[in-house]
Amino acid sequence: MLKAENLRVKVEDKEILKGINLIVDDGELHVVMGPNGSGKSTLALTIAGHPKYQVINGKIIFDGENITNLPPEERVRRGVFLSFQHPVEVEGVKVIQFLQRVLKNLKNLDEIQAYEVIFNAVQELGLDNSMLTRFLNVGFSGGERKKLEMLQAYLVKPRLLILDEPDSGVDVDSLKVIAGIINKLHEEGTAILLITHYGRILEHLKPHRVHVIKEGKIVASGGIELVKTIEEKGFAAVEAL
Amino acid sequence: MSERSRLEEILKAGSLEEILGTAVPYPKEIELKGRISRSIIEELSKIKNEPEWMFRHRLKALELFEKLPMPKWVVGVEELDLENLVLYTKPELEKEVKDWDDLPENIRKTFERLNIPEIEKKFLSGLTAVFDSESVYSQLKDEFEKKGIVMLPMEEAVRKYPDVVKRYFGKIFPAGEHKFSALHHALWSGGAFVYIPKGVRVPFPIEAFFVIGSALEGQFEHTLVVADEGSYVHFIEGCSAPMYKGFSFHDGMVEIYAHKNATVKFTTIQNWSRNVINFNNKRAIIEENAYVEWIEGSIGSKITYTYPASVLKGNNARTAQYVVSLSNGPFLKDTGAKSVHVGKNTSSKIVSKSISANGGINIYRGLVRIGKGAKNSTATVSCDSLILDEESRAYTYPHNQNDEPTANIIHEATIGKLSEDKLFYLNARGISEEEAKSLIVLGFISEILEGLPFEYVEVLKKVIELEFSEVGGVG
Repeated sequence: MLKAENLRVKVEDKEILKGINLIVDDGELHVVMGPNGSGKSTLALTIAGHPKYQVINGKIIFDGENITNLPPEERVRRGVFLSFQHPVEVEGVKVIQFLQRVLKNLKNLDEIQAYEVIFNAVQELGLDNSMLTRFLNVGFSGGERKKLEMLQAYLVKPRLLILDEPDSGVDVDSLKVIAGIINKLHEEGTAILLITHYGRILEHLKPHRVHVIKEGKIVASGGIELVKTIEEKGFAAVEAL
Repeated sequence: MSERSRLEEILKAGSLEEILGTAVPYPKEIELKGRISRSIIEELSKIKNEPEWMFRHRLKALELFEKLPMPKWVVGVEELDLENLVLYTKPELEKEVKDWDDLPENIRKTFERLNIPEIEKKFLSGLTAVFDSESVYSQLKDEFEKKGIVMLPMEEAVRKYPDVVKRYFGKIFPAGEHKFSALHHALWSGGAFVYIPKGVRVPFPIEAFFVIGSALEGQFEHTLVVADEGSYVHFIEGCSAPMYKGFSFHDGMVEIYAHKNATVKFTTIQNWSRNVINFNNKRAIIEENAYVEWIEGSIGSKITYTYPASVLKGNNARTAQYVVSLSNGPFLKDTGAKSVHVGKNTSSKIVSKSISANGGINIYRGLVRIGKGAKNSTATVSCDSLILDEESRAYTYPHNQNDEPTANIIHEATIGKLSEDKLFYLNARGISEEEAKSLIVLGFISEILEGLPFEYVEVLKKVIELEFSEVGGVG
């Protein structure tokens, strides 16, 4: 479904990704781990199409189509959805209005249909519906932001969900809620590419494959056992494998 | 056509030009042009069949116009050749206008395209429609007339209620303030006079709608609102013009007198076409415990100068001034507000929000003056600028002067830019750049939109979406 081929990416003339190869098949759950500054977030933002991240070599194939040069709104329309590490604040735009717009654009729902879908999803996921009338991410805590990202993913039900550190800045209870939503989407057939620094979210998930990224390259790939090695011995141990 | 579908048509129109189209020549009864002189004033006064005192008022203003220098801070008017403008245009009306059907077809159609007759029927207590230099339509619903509310074309009020008009006309905003106020008083034509009797609350807004139908024309309408003790009125002003080649010039005036305990809300939504040079003179005098709220929304025009002013004369008088200015494209908005505190315990609040895009420039120019003796008065000014791209600019020139030790002025200013990350976030949710911009702009001004009637908010939202859509706006 997703294929990154020898992907090299620069940001403001600095090369961050130095030849990434990655294949995620339908319905799989992949985890990307790695130390700070290794290029994890760059990978996520590049796949989603952030204009600051320039692909200098290689390509991104999604469902057989080369999406390397597509604008971000076209990628999400095709089913590639990024849940942000740092969702932005947008003053004056209420969450409900924003979600209605998203569902109009991506799911072709009118305002009233969207309202119903949103309201049901909030109930189903056990989220606090008072967030719907607040301005988008304005004054939201880390946990609230991540939950809103998850709500959006749940509403959109993408083919591929890229999660950029959904567990950072989140308390234990929120972490459980977030992991629960990820599992739910995964069970419904969404493929997942999860980027994490800590690994503690993995206690709640069952990944097919784990990749370790360092200095812009994937230095190791394997099963869940890689996570244990990293937790016990650090990233250096994996690199030596 | 049903009102609903008409509103929907407006909301769905592809661009503003589609709504009004290109200006078409139409039959005029009278046109005055040439050097601004005594003979023009004489002729204008004769056409209007006005009393001697008003004629003298005009002549005095003309004298001031000739004496006063061009204000130094005005730019862009060099393109404007006053000698070349038609200073007065009287559209040809076949009969007395009691109903929209009595208007000539082209004029009626212009207002219909803007949905004005439907809005009148549904949401308003009364409406005055000005086309070029004359009020072509003026109707107050019967039930309100019975309560003693007066709404008349300004000229008619001059003839019918000379004593009341004399008491206020040109007393709130005198001719001699600057060159353009003098020009206005010399040439004023059209506009509305509104009087709300003691204790009467007007439940629905009264609206005046102005259209400049031709190029190279000057529009100098005068609006006077007198709210007697304890009364309430919301006055809405809309401005629009079709597209034409060459400039037109608007130099209108609004005078408001809010007597003790009265409340006046005055809302302007200006969306002139991009070849109108727009100059406004707006001032309110606010008596004890009265409240005046200005909402000044400037979307269209090539250049706009507007600074609604509140003079807090009585003790406990209050005012709020909300100024929203959008410069999208090579246009200039020089806007702001003024509040002058005279009475004790007076309060003023200025909220300015400007949006600059595609090379647009916004200037905030404001004045707050708390005079000695205006004990315990407070003033707050907040001035936010949103700049959507690298080519656009925003400047703020606030002037705050406090001569009263027990009073205080709070000033805040912020400048926001549309960051790449914010845009990307919205793009990554399937929202295009154009949509993202209109969403962010509407969010930026949401605080002010909340104070407007729903129907106007819907139309404004659409106008802003059009501004940032690929087909609309002038980038």
